[in-house]
Amino acid sequence: MPDITAKPMLSRVADNLYWMSRYLERAEHTARVLAVGLMQTIDQNPRQAHPRWTRLLEAIGASSLADEEADASRITASLTFDAENPHSIVSCIASARANARQVREQISSEMWEQLNRVYLRVRASSAAQIWQGEPIEFYQRLKEGAHLFQGITDATMSHGEGWFFIQVGRYLERAGATAKLLDTHFQVYFAPEAEGIALLEFNDWVTLLKSCTAFEAYCKVYTADVQPPSVAEFLLLDSESPRSVRFAADRIERGLQAISRSTGSRWAGRAERLAGRLRASLDYGQVDEIMAEDMHAYLDAIRRQCGAIHAAIYQAYITYSVESAIVQ
Amino acid sequence: MLTERSAPEIDHPLFNSYTLDTAYDEMFTAEGRVRPPYMPLYRRLLELSAEDLHGRQRYADLTFLNQGITFTVYGDTEGTERIFPYDLLPRIITSSEWAVIEAGLKQRIMALNMFLDDIYHEGKILTDKVIPRELVYTCHHYRREMRGVDVPGKVYTSVVGTDLVRLPSGEFAVLEDNLRVPSGVSYMLTNRGVMKRAFPRLFAHTGVRPIDHYGQVLLTTLRSLAPVHRPDPTIVVLTPGVFNSAYFEHTFLARQMGVELVEGRDLLVHDSVVYMRTTAGLRQVDVIYRRIDDDFIDPLAFRPDSILGVAGLFNAYRAGNVVLANAIGTGVADDKAIYAYVPKIIQYYMGVEPILPNVETYLCEDDRQRAYVLDHLDKLVVKSVGESGGYGMLIGPHSTGEERERFRRLIEYEPRNYIAQPTLQLSRAPCFVDGAVEPRHVDLRPYILNSGDDQITIVPGGLTRVALRKGSLVVNSSQGGGSKDTWVLFE
Repeated sequence: MPDITAKPMLSRVADNLYWMSRYLERAEHTARVLAVGLMQTIDQNPRQAHPRWTRLLEAIGASSLADEEADASRITASLTFDAENPHSIVSCIASARANARQVREQISSEMWEQLNRVYLRVRASSAAQIWQGEPIEFYQRLKEGAHLFQGITDATMSHGEGWFFIQVGRYLERAGATAKLLDTHFQVYFAPEAEGIALLEFNDWVTLLKSCTAFEAYCKVYTADVQPPSVAEFLLLDSESPRSVRFAADRIERGLQAISRSTGSRWAGRAERLAGRLRASLDYGQVDEIMAEDMHAYLDAIRRQCGAIHAAIYQAYITYSVESAIVQ
Repeated sequence: MLTERSAPEIDHPLFNSYTLDTAYDEMFTAEGRVRPPYMPLYRRLLELSAEDLHGRQRYADLTFLNQGITFTVYGDTEGTERIFPYDLLPRIITSSEWAVIEAGLKQRIMALNMFLDDIYHEGKILTDKVIPRELVYTCHHYRREMRGVDVPGKVYTSVVGTDLVRLPSGEFAVLEDNLRVPSGVSYMLTNRGVMKRAFPRLFAHTGVRPIDHYGQVLLTTLRSLAPVHRPDPTIVVLTPGVFNSAYFEHTFLARQMGVELVEGRDLLVHDSVVYMRTTAGLRQVDVIYRRIDDDFIDPLAFRPDSILGVAGLFNAYRAGNVVLANAIGTGVADDKAIYAYVPKIIQYYMGVEPILPNVETYLCEDDRQRAYVLDHLDKLVVKSVGESGGYGMLIGPHSTGEERERFRRLIEYEPRNYIAQPTLQLSRAPCFVDGAVEPRHVDLRPYILNSGDDQITIVPGGLTRVALRKGSLVVNSSQGGGSKDTWVLFE
């Protein structure tokens, strides 16, 4: 039954909240990946560092930057401050803010102020400036800024329809990003040695976990014995880690259920069904089976399902046709 | 008896750079004595160091920036957001001064609404030749589409922001009626919020009337327009979008009222009914507080190239299925040439003299008046009749020969489009500028909410705009003006 006391939400507002959340999640993910990349390569020579940067760049969809001359300072400058680069942190935060700005009366003032502060801080910094100081500290502060925004969101905004659109946006983005990150690492893991790609070391798996802020949580479950199958199991199938794909799928499904309860939408079934199927496949997944089959195809399928859920949400709530809405 | 008078307060070192001239000074009398309502502020200023004041100013600026209380400057490629410069020192209006302003504005708004109803129906005032028919029909903002359209409650203007200036005599006069989509009320409200944090104790000592209920009164005003058969009307604020200079204000008002902020693309018209697109399907809209000009509101009825409006909205409006506030076509009554006739409009409909005077105005359309204007371009202010926001004007005494020549040609080419007024000595109020207290020219824009049937509410306050550049007479935010909090006292 639709909740008749709830005020309906403009489709555009839902769209803005969803993308605000996705863009901020993307910016945070990039900040995290850059910070651990810096940490890992800071004491390596360019020959060692290069394949690692190539992998990280591929994981955040910015392979085009991975040319021969790419070094840490150029990569971080471009992915952090280059407003022309759509993958850069500054672009993502500006997009998150532009979306938030269009729904200022929907989100709490505290949320807007926090997002605006993060934006003004990134705008006021420059690559030269952070390399003068401590670059890793800069990314740390950025992550904290994004976490604070999430905390403020949970503490100050009603947990109604809009909040669930924020949740769905965040976890769809996270599920896709984590799947991609796993994919880039396991493609190397499974590649035949003959291709000459440096084999992954212990250190690389730790980096992967840290890129998902999951190293400590991993150690609590598996101890510091870092093995690729355990890493895959943890980041894909763990039911409690907020960074695992399964956890994200669960939140997406719950969010969509809550949204369809509050809107009573007649077209919501498809998005919920797709999200439920993704969640269930992860609930009952076995890491040994996944790794025995084509893991790349498996991870790719997860990302495709995320895309299908996104499309179904749009069809149900945002870009539905006027004819279908008027004809009762 | 102590008859010996102490030195004038203005002699204090804090006021070293504070000079009095022929303009009315809000804080000091001509003898340099503090006017009584300003005494608590004066005493507080003497207690504070320049460093204290700087600290408070920085704090206020940061608050505005972090809250994103900004406006967009047009003609700048990036659509730069700037904070509206804010001056720390409040402008004070006594309760007896306010009583005159309030009565004068109510009278004026009632008369202008009767005028609008008349010219879009019978046109008695035109038949009686009180106002030349051509003057009304040639007005750029006259909308012939509105002829014969009955507006609910005969309320054409629900929200008005009238610009007042204080003349050297101390008397308030009306400079402009803004009857279309007046902006700035969010600054009135946020200025007060910042001021309460910067000078908490001063409020208690001065006795300032609250203004926080503006949002609620606005909502009541808009509700009163809804059709009676829609007991729980859906009210929305319609904004041109995030690139509009007043976008912050649109979000602010929607939030204050707890209603939806919509853009044209969120609305659609089907069978002359307006709907908004929500996640739960389409929902009918009853009252639209629109912050989009007439020209852009419906590409089918007005400018076809508008992408901000809603196709079919005007038909839904004519059919009575939706109410627009303000009504379409109100701009004819704030045309600067019609302005010159407002005292006659008040006399004609209300049979009384205007309480608030007009500023002397020369109509360039009139041959004799035009000749006078062209002879005195260096002394007068020339304004384009349909513009607002300080665009399209010439300030004679501050102009170059080249600018005057340009306006001379403009006036001769299209005399109906221009009026001229004497260069007014706007009153001056103390401002905190570069570490010192100095006088700057100010005006005052109170906000009037009209529900019809003599139900007119004016929240006691307004936006005091300041020409922050020394000597400047232009207070518009788009032209480097700032603002300050406005205090109307209980007594």
